Amino acid sequence: MTALADHVFKALSDPTRRAIFEGLTRDGEQTVHALTRRAGVSQPAVSKHLTVLKRAKLVRHRREGRETHYSALPESLAPMVDWLDQYGAFWRDRFDRLEDLLKRMN
Amino acid sequence: MSDATESSRTLVIEREFMHPPQKLWRALTESPLLAQWMMNNDFEPVVGHRFQFRAEPMPNWNGIVDCEVLVAEPFRSLSYNWGVGGGDSGLQWVVLLTLTPTEGGTLLRMEQSGFGPDQKAAYHGANYGWQKFFGNLEQLIGKIE
Repeated sequence: MTALADHVFKALSDPTRRAIFEGLTRDGEQTVHALTRRAGVSQPAVSKHLTVLKRAKLVRHRREGRETHYSALPESLAPMVDWLDQYGAFWRDRFDRLEDLLKRMN
Repeated sequence: MSDATESSRTLVIEREFMHPPQKLWRALTESPLLAQWMMNNDFEPVVGHRFQFRAEPMPNWNGIVDCEVLVAEPFRSLSYNWGVGGGDSGLQWVVLLTLTPTEGGTLLRMEQSGFGPDQKAAYHGANYGWQKFFGNLEQLIGKIE
């Protein structure tokens, strides 16, 4: 797994972060205040989650006056999709080997 | 993806083997046989048993998968946790293998789905699981570009 894929998976291993990311993808750009209202956790906690999502390049932000607006970058899911494809290849390869083994077993 | 269904983003691989479920079960649960097609392991088909799969280390992966048996129903279903990266900071997946007898043999279905260590954390009072996330992933990917 590449370093970025690692960041993406770790960022999305948390249910609150997944919900934040999905909300941004579905409903578009939102302020930290709006995200905090929806997340049901404190604003510092939301900010911390956003920092993790930012490191994985899953979200970007822009400042406007006193508010920070966040939006999703769903194309950053690509490493995750690649990784799933790789796991698919892994299991198909193992199933080939299982088939060979079954032939050799009594 | 010839033998994978695309219905959900949980990874699903299915294949029919021309062998009875009892034989397949042995290959899935007898450690030396399992080692021949999966990886070296100290597996035992006992719920709660913790074991490891060990492969050659690779860049970004130490080659170890930490597992715990969740389900072991002879000839029918087998499930284990699949943890890479170790500890709470690692990635946790669940592998579910289901055996269904067919006319000529057995249909083996492998489902791999993931969840974080804090899966039980609630969001709006409801579990926000990977299952749902993968279900929606397709839709999210539709927004790429």
